[in-house]
Amino acid sequence: MNAIKQLFGGNTRQFGMIFALVALIVFFQFMTGGVILTPDNVINLVNGYSYILILAIGMVLVIIAGHIDLSVGSVAAFVGIVVALTMRDWHLPWYMGIVVGLVLGALIGAWQGFFVAYVGIPAFIVTLAGMLLFRGANQYFGKSLTVPVPTDFQFIGAGYLNEVGPDTGYNNLTLLVGFIIVAALIWSGLRNHRKAVALGADVKPLWVTITKLVILCAVVLYATYLFATGRPGTSFPVPGIILGVLVLAYGFIAARTTIGRHIYAVGGNRHAAALSGVKSKRTDFLVILNMAVLAGLAGMIFVARSNASGPSDGVGWELDAIAAVFIGGAAVTGGVGTVVGSMIGGLVMAVLNNGLQLMGVGSDMTQIIKGLVLLAAVVFDVYNKSQGKASFIGLMMKKLGGRDNPDLAVAEPLRDAVRTES
Amino acid sequence: MTKTSVLESDTLMPSANPIILQMQSITKEFPGVKALSDVSITVRASEIHSICGENGAGKSTLMKVLSGVYPYGSYDGEIVFQNEVCQFKDIRASEHAGIVIIHQELALIPELSITENIFLGNEPTKFGIINWDDARLRTIELMARVGLSEDPDTPVKEIGVGKQQLVEIAKALNKSVKLLILDEPTAALNESDSQHLLDLIRGLKGKGISCIMISHKLNEIEQVSDSITIIRDGKSIETLDVKADGVDEDRIIKGMVGRTLESRFPEHTPKIGEVFFEVKNWTVRHPQIADRLVCKNSSFTVRRGEIVGFAGLMGAGRTELARSLFGRSYGHYISGQIIKDGKEITLRNVPEAIKHGLGYVTEDRKTLGLNLLDDIKTTTVAANLDAISKRSVVNLGKEYEVAEQYRKQLRTKTPSVDEGVSKLSGGNQQKVVLAKWMFTDPDLLILDEPTRGIDVGAKYEIYGIIQALANQGKGVIVISSELPELLGISDRIYTIFEGAITGVLNKSQASQESLMKRMTAAKKSA
Repeated sequence: MNAIKQLFGGNTRQFGMIFALVALIVFFQFMTGGVILTPDNVINLVNGYSYILILAIGMVLVIIAGHIDLSVGSVAAFVGIVVALTMRDWHLPWYMGIVVGLVLGALIGAWQGFFVAYVGIPAFIVTLAGMLLFRGANQYFGKSLTVPVPTDFQFIGAGYLNEVGPDTGYNNLTLLVGFIIVAALIWSGLRNHRKAVALGADVKPLWVTITKLVILCAVVLYATYLFATGRPGTSFPVPGIILGVLVLAYGFIAARTTIGRHIYAVGGNRHAAALSGVKSKRTDFLVILNMAVLAGLAGMIFVARSNASGPSDGVGWELDAIAAVFIGGAAVTGGVGTVVGSMIGGLVMAVLNNGLQLMGVGSDMTQIIKGLVLLAAVVFDVYNKSQGKASFIGLMMKKLGGRDNPDLAVAEPLRDAVRTES
Repeated sequence: MTKTSVLESDTLMPSANPIILQMQSITKEFPGVKALSDVSITVRASEIHSICGENGAGKSTLMKVLSGVYPYGSYDGEIVFQNEVCQFKDIRASEHAGIVIIHQELALIPELSITENIFLGNEPTKFGIINWDDARLRTIELMARVGLSEDPDTPVKEIGVGKQQLVEIAKALNKSVKLLILDEPTAALNESDSQHLLDLIRGLKGKGISCIMISHKLNEIEQVSDSITIIRDGKSIETLDVKADGVDEDRIIKGMVGRTLESRFPEHTPKIGEVFFEVKNWTVRHPQIADRLVCKNSSFTVRRGEIVGFAGLMGAGRTELARSLFGRSYGHYISGQIIKDGKEITLRNVPEAIKHGLGYVTEDRKTLGLNLLDDIKTTTVAANLDAISKRSVVNLGKEYEVAEQYRKQLRTKTPSVDEGVSKLSGGNQQKVVLAKWMFTDPDLLILDEPTRGIDVGAKYEIYGIIQALANQGKGVIVISSELPELLGISDRIYTIFEGAITGVLNKSQASQESLMKRMTAAKKSA
């Protein structure tokens, strides 16, 4: 038992949502007769959900800073239609289309960020207005019709890593990516361990680090195998690559840079942050701006995959992104959350969606189940925390820069009320 | 205003009164922590019983057990109130029995009126409809008993914190209280409001209402208590009968820390240099009220190695002065100059203030000084991230080193710097906040109520830290409402009254009387 505790980080608190995710995958593997973990299905899953996960990256930063963004679906749709139109009417090449999309996202983000950060209007209101405004703008510019996009643009949404090099029966580039990831994991894992020992900080024994690494690498290698053995012409999808790069970049920014610190500081205690010299208005402005840029990107990827931009794109995306962030352990009051946590939360939703679909469950029932899962996940976590036991979410991500969730620190009277009632 | 004469309350002779409350062998555990261990306390009728102890000793926990915040079943031990065994399952149950607790953070809703607050949770209803006329009349009656004469419809946020405290007591009286528990009742009050409150409590005693008071203000405890129970590390150490045992402040301190403190303030030989920081004609307007000035033409100086005290009543404008100087973080700047090292500087925002070598330790560390979600190491570096970052990337190794260095230097009591600051006691939290500012290496450090809510032992350590900073040639400004504290550590003290500086006294000239005179009068010729 002690060994398991060590594995999960000193106490039994690190089961986390990863445990839930694994349990879900195992459950669906069983219920769908093994279909969920086939190469074609996992590729489909990444293709179908990567844009939501990209939104979740931006959204978690917004929520950590203490705000929320309800406009992302509409902004994504609006950027999608504008990019489609400019490529069609102005004959822009695909890469210029992407530039237009990102710049437009930045302009929208600056507009909303200005109102939130410098005029002081709650983000809920500003982005609610944005949600309406940009949905209308999408329908206005596109005249409520779908606008197709050129084939070379579709690459970012529907493309795959090319077949390169000798014929190994696998997609070589995917294999390469997988091996690089494994190598990086091992190198950084051991380096962190050595550094912690040198500092004299609280260090987990070496066997714990190694076991964790072995498990992680095994998972990565298995995933690499799945992606590399898809139908000919498919491999690890390009949107997945884009997502991966963004996760690495933003995870680093959130955990290791000064701007990341500022975001957590502003979300954790705005006044204390300001009095410590943090430029809180600038921080607010940047997270809102960043969200819109990522929304633009997500919109473009979706359009690229659907081959066209339509008037009903992006509907409901904000809710999926927000659900992913909260399942992943963020706090409603801000100051808590991680990029990786949100990815796991998003994957939980994605696997749920995908698995239920494979089981033939209708979208109505799926919706009901997703809602209940979101509720159950957070309630279960709160309950566990109040019992003084493991938090199923939360401290899991502490090493990657996460925080203990204050929402889940139930007020003392309530905590004991729950205990005596059990 | 009811005022019982001293003679009247003397004749009640508390030690002979019947026992109304007996808490026997109370043990309360949280995961990993034994907050109370076999604590017993006995309170008699018409008695003021104080509970003293260092921060984290268990005083508030004990009161939460008594008032039902921690319900029956979540603790071991027995509570007997008015000869009945009590098994309170929530606060309502204890209030029903006649025990009312007034917390340190007042439980009033700022936007609601005095009437609405007094009857909160207790509204006079008939078939669910509230009878506000009745409530209003009763409110006027209750207010008279505590000495308030406001309009009962006034929103509570508009009356001062002293009067808010009285509203809380009126609320308790409305619940037919027999045992009133007051947690740090005068912590946020000035001298005159504190006295008024203490007189009121004495008056309640005369009317048969017993009172349990938790406080750090030993002079007040000495003044009003009949008995004192001292709690240390979750155990009840001793109970003193104030009259019979001849208890004074030193005796209480001895019980609290387990040893006599030879002196409250460390020995210090000031090494004072030249004037390096000067403020001239500083005038600031209130942020919302257009015709109110919060700083009126204030001018003062600070020398290198000097500890300058700022004395004044609550609301006199000391914090406003400090915050407006610190990057204009309060109010609207009207006019005035800041001169540092002979050069005039403009501090338009907090980052500029920090860059020019100013630091400001806020008055309320929990709301303004700390992000309670953070751990110690993150907090320690928070005001000077650039020093441990290269091209915006934070060096986690350096962060750990810096935090460790300050942990050792300030003797912060914590298992490691990875510990969350919310888990620390008040004194240790304050040390982390001090570390945060020390890491910015300021030339002038402004400390606003640096030892508020901190126990005697930790205060001593903080005074030592302040003196060490002065010894390094820095200027330190200490704003405090505790005159003995200011007299103990300052080299010079400025007095402020209603936004204006009314005088400055050297350590040798200063005394509680001379300070108080200037704190309560308009500026004469300095």
